[in-house]
Amino acid sequence: MSTTVIAEIPGHELPSESRVNYLNVDHSVKSWLLTHDHKRIALLYLISITLMFFVGGFFAVLMRLNLIEPTGLVAPETYNKLFSMHGIIMVFFFLVPSIPATLGNFLVPMMIGARDLAFPRINLLSWYIYIIGAAFTMYAVISGGVDTGWTFYTPYSSTFSHSQVIPAAVGVFITGFSSILTGLNFVVTIHKMRAPGLTWFRLPLFIWSMYATSVIFILGTPVIAITLFLLGLERLLHIGIFDPAIGGDPILFQHMFWFYSHPAVYIMILPGMGVMSELITAFSRKRIFGYTFVAFSSLAIAVISFLVWGHHMFVTGQSVYAGLIFSVLSFLVAIPSAIKVFNWTATLYKGSISYEAPMLYALGFIGLFTMGGLTGLFLASLATDVHLNGTYFIVAHFHYIMVGGAVMAYLGGLHFWWPKITGRLYPDGWARFAALVIFVGFNLTFFPQFVLGYLGMPRRYAVYPAEFQVLNVMSSAGASILGVGYVIPLIYFIWSFKYGPIAGPNPWGAKGLEWTTPSPPPTENFEEIPIVTEQAYNYAGTSESAHG
Amino acid sequence: MYMTGLLQFGLGNIANAATWIPLHPTAASSIAQDVDLLYYFLTALTLFFTALIFGTIFYFMVKFRRRSPDEVPPDTKTHLALELTWTIIPTLITVVIFVWASVLYVRNSRPPASSTEMFVVGKQWMWHVQHPEGVREINEMHVPVGVPIKLTMTSEDVIHDFYIPAFRVKKDVMPGRYSSIWFQATEIGTYHLFCAQYCGTDHSQMIGWVYVMSPTDYATWLAGGTKNESMAEMGGRLFSQLGCAACHSSDNSGRGPSLAGLYGTTEKLRDGSSKTVDEGLIRQAIVNPNSVMLPNYPPIMPTFQGQVNEEQVLQLIAYVKSLEPEERTTSSK
Amino acid sequence: MADMAVHHAQPKEFQHQFEDMEQQRDAGTFGMWVFLVTEIMFFGGLFGAYIVYRSLYLPSFEIGSRLLKVNFGATNTVILIASSLTMALSIYAAHINRKNLQVVFLALTMLLGGIFLFLKFAFEWTADYHEHLIPGFGFIVRPEWGAAGYHVPMFFCFYFFMTGLHALHMIIGFGILAVLLVMAWRGRFHSEYYAPLESTGLYWHFVDIVWIFLFPLLYLIGGRYVIGGGH
Repeated sequence: MSTTVIAEIPGHELPSESRVNYLNVDHSVKSWLLTHDHKRIALLYLISITLMFFVGGFFAVLMRLNLIEPTGLVAPETYNKLFSMHGIIMVFFFLVPSIPATLGNFLVPMMIGARDLAFPRINLLSWYIYIIGAAFTMYAVISGGVDTGWTFYTPYSSTFSHSQVIPAAVGVFITGFSSILTGLNFVVTIHKMRAPGLTWFRLPLFIWSMYATSVIFILGTPVIAITLFLLGLERLLHIGIFDPAIGGDPILFQHMFWFYSHPAVYIMILPGMGVMSELITAFSRKRIFGYTFVAFSSLAIAVISFLVWGHHMFVTGQSVYAGLIFSVLSFLVAIPSAIKVFNWTATLYKGSISYEAPMLYALGFIGLFTMGGLTGLFLASLATDVHLNGTYFIVAHFHYIMVGGAVMAYLGGLHFWWPKITGRLYPDGWARFAALVIFVGFNLTFFPQFVLGYLGMPRRYAVYPAEFQVLNVMSSAGASILGVGYVIPLIYFIWSFKYGPIAGPNPWGAKGLEWTTPSPPPTENFEEIPIVTEQAYNYAGTSESAHG
Repeated sequence: MYMTGLLQFGLGNIANAATWIPLHPTAASSIAQDVDLLYYFLTALTLFFTALIFGTIFYFMVKFRRRSPDEVPPDTKTHLALELTWTIIPTLITVVIFVWASVLYVRNSRPPASSTEMFVVGKQWMWHVQHPEGVREINEMHVPVGVPIKLTMTSEDVIHDFYIPAFRVKKDVMPGRYSSIWFQATEIGTYHLFCAQYCGTDHSQMIGWVYVMSPTDYATWLAGGTKNESMAEMGGRLFSQLGCAACHSSDNSGRGPSLAGLYGTTEKLRDGSSKTVDEGLIRQAIVNPNSVMLPNYPPIMPTFQGQVNEEQVLQLIAYVKSLEPEERTTSSK
Repeated sequence: MADMAVHHAQPKEFQHQFEDMEQQRDAGTFGMWVFLVTEIMFFGGLFGAYIVYRSLYLPSFEIGSRLLKVNFGATNTVILIASSLTMALSIYAAHINRKNLQVVFLALTMLLGGIFLFLKFAFEWTADYHEHLIPGFGFIVRPEWGAAGYHVPMFFCFYFFMTGLHALHMIIGFGILAVLLVMAWRGRFHSEYYAPLESTGLYWHFVDIVWIFLFPLLYLIGGRYVIGGGH
């Protein structure tokens, strides 16, 4: 068994209210808004991100309502703003920060046996930068909206759109620095502050995935920053490097935009994959199958993700050779993800599996991510992508990964670590019910969209030919169920803060340094920094040399 | 061979059976069924692996469910052979898909030499189609069945995308340059035309119809209605009206070169680069002459940007293409 | 292993999340290197686009390059390299516990940086404005540029965006140096603790290196120094 020092003797725990922890050490507003504690900053992010999720989700509800009718319910200008703002908010203000800024911030120091991240004040700064960026974007939303799509393609965005492009672009630009600083913090922390004995290959796989994500934050985000900066300048000065009038190329915008935005989608899924490794091992009480393969797959995904951006541009008129190269690399990037799925599945073999809510989310993720990932093959294939690009097939593909994958991983992680973060348990019955509602609602919403896509319904359409109505109504019905499914956890999580049963240090019996601390942990995380002598997920209690 | 035949048989039947649930648009072009075949193969692959994963998970969940609270299962063993198997097999599958899809794509990227040309200009929020014979259509395109058609397309404003689901073809349409696609319709009928690149307010109404007709019906349609000038004739009229003929006289006596026979040749430009005189270059010469000037001629050609719209540019190009070298008079310079 | 007793023995600059000063220094320097990687990617997008357009519009870019004030550019290059030297010397002064020297060298660095910015804005850019070479602010395409004139504004877009972004980084650096100057004056840096000086030094050297790439790429590639005057 681990030789980490546990702050409390099991069986002699004090109820959490009377023990000083990071939540109750100081109740003043100032202590929250000026905190250096990574755990408090994680909660600040949790609240902001949840808020943005429901704003973006609200726009989605309006979109799906509009699409019940082939002739639409809102004006096309309004619909165009709805899908643009839904995309901008969900991508930049929810998906990109979600797991890293909440679960990552909370868990990275704890999982490696550190007292905080390397740069706590920069961590706080990154939250404030996020808020300022969100403020600019919300200003764009309430002052008329932006209608360029989250992709901001020129020349529509630089010259033709009459909407609030600059505030929205400024908001995204600013928030990018929040990601960059978080990534920087994680990379330095993971390199320099691991507890004694915690070698790279003893790290939990969540840390590997946070590291890989941080690499993408660091290398990719500055490129979207400069791209949006240039877009803003061109819109302001009416001249710039994308302007055909002086020989500029609107397609260059697309290259620069996707150079970040493709790796960005791996920012959105890699953390979820990290959560998966934690959930599957904990709820089957087994060491992960193929640790090294899963760890290196995370890095491989991060690296290869920078080489595939052109697959968003197969129909822009790029050369056939460019198309072939981007196509083969896009197939290559799918392989590490497949390796992970197989390893997670194999971990279940001969395990001791329980079905609490986090595990239901994990299992849902694996199936839905598999499907979403495989539909990516349709899009990496040049011949089928020609037909499918710009249609609802794309929308279905990325929602399967982003919502069926990333959001479910996020919820699974929240449910798993909630007792650690808050010291409270939530009602597992309701949690499992909500997971089921979400799973059903999700599939009903997005599966019909695959069919719609192949039938030829383009995306970003406010109105559509009547023959597509049945599938659209199915999708909208699913969305209403999905919406309900998301509200349920909001309710019981808030409820649990006050009324949930007290959680002990390790309600799930999981392995990992974070579970050796009280729930909620003290500000300093560990009474004494632990010394690690075993590998991750050592449920069977074998020593390292015995492990094959 | 046998396997692909079997595959086609199986998938084709699935596809046919599926027509009562609309799963794919009518296959109305020469490539549509090939694309559908690949699509259904990928669908089968997706469903297979999804079922495999979901099924395995479900089976494990039941078989290895926790039976007592303190249960500690045996430790995981590494199994390199298994890891390599499920790395190599997916890689091989992706290679197969890549090759199949790429061959199809490359084949479809080159229009047959005998293609009939048509011209498309997209603008917010409508499609202007021009036939070489001069007929112009808005949001509609009549084509003859069984004839390869090559479309040369451009945009007046933002990026649009010309998409005919039934033909399985799509291409972005950009301002300032030409893009092209080709197709050969195989079924007479009426098919959707969509804009598939978001372009502003009425993007979802930038739609129309493609009418595929028998060759005789098409010829009748083309000839019917008011007597039309061909694109080349309209271009010729513009050529005179705009004063192009003053400099570009066909006997090379003007300040600019004669354009007869120039299309398709490779010329060395003033800046030293060699370029093929194609539609794109001619367009450049009209809207931004200084960028493509020939040596030996003074760079004094004025720009016509703003004086001609994209459709007129296409007509001028059609005119220039129609100038055969024999039309050069024999007077020496 | 470290425990609370050891922590109390740490200098006052010690931050509690670390185990010891060595880990803190290590993390701080590593952090600045990671930040500089992000800056490389930030500038990299512009450099990449510049390379693409230069290959497309070489004659226009050469015309543009020859219109830049290379004397000011060269002077500024020397000034910036000198400021990197004074920055490094201020760190050396901290090593040897000479507070006054730290202040002197930091002040010199700021002075040289300020001269750089002054020469750039008051001379180069002002002259460019009067010569109608700023795109979006009355740019005039001159007939003598001939065929290539059409794309000359593109060169100047890159010139102003890239040197402007660089200048912005210098202004930010200037602000950081001001803060460091005050801290040095108060004796905060000494041989046991000079991490902020070192990190800022890294940042300042990076800004210098970006300029060392910008100067030739923008000012010197116009065929200006080719025998026969280029083509």
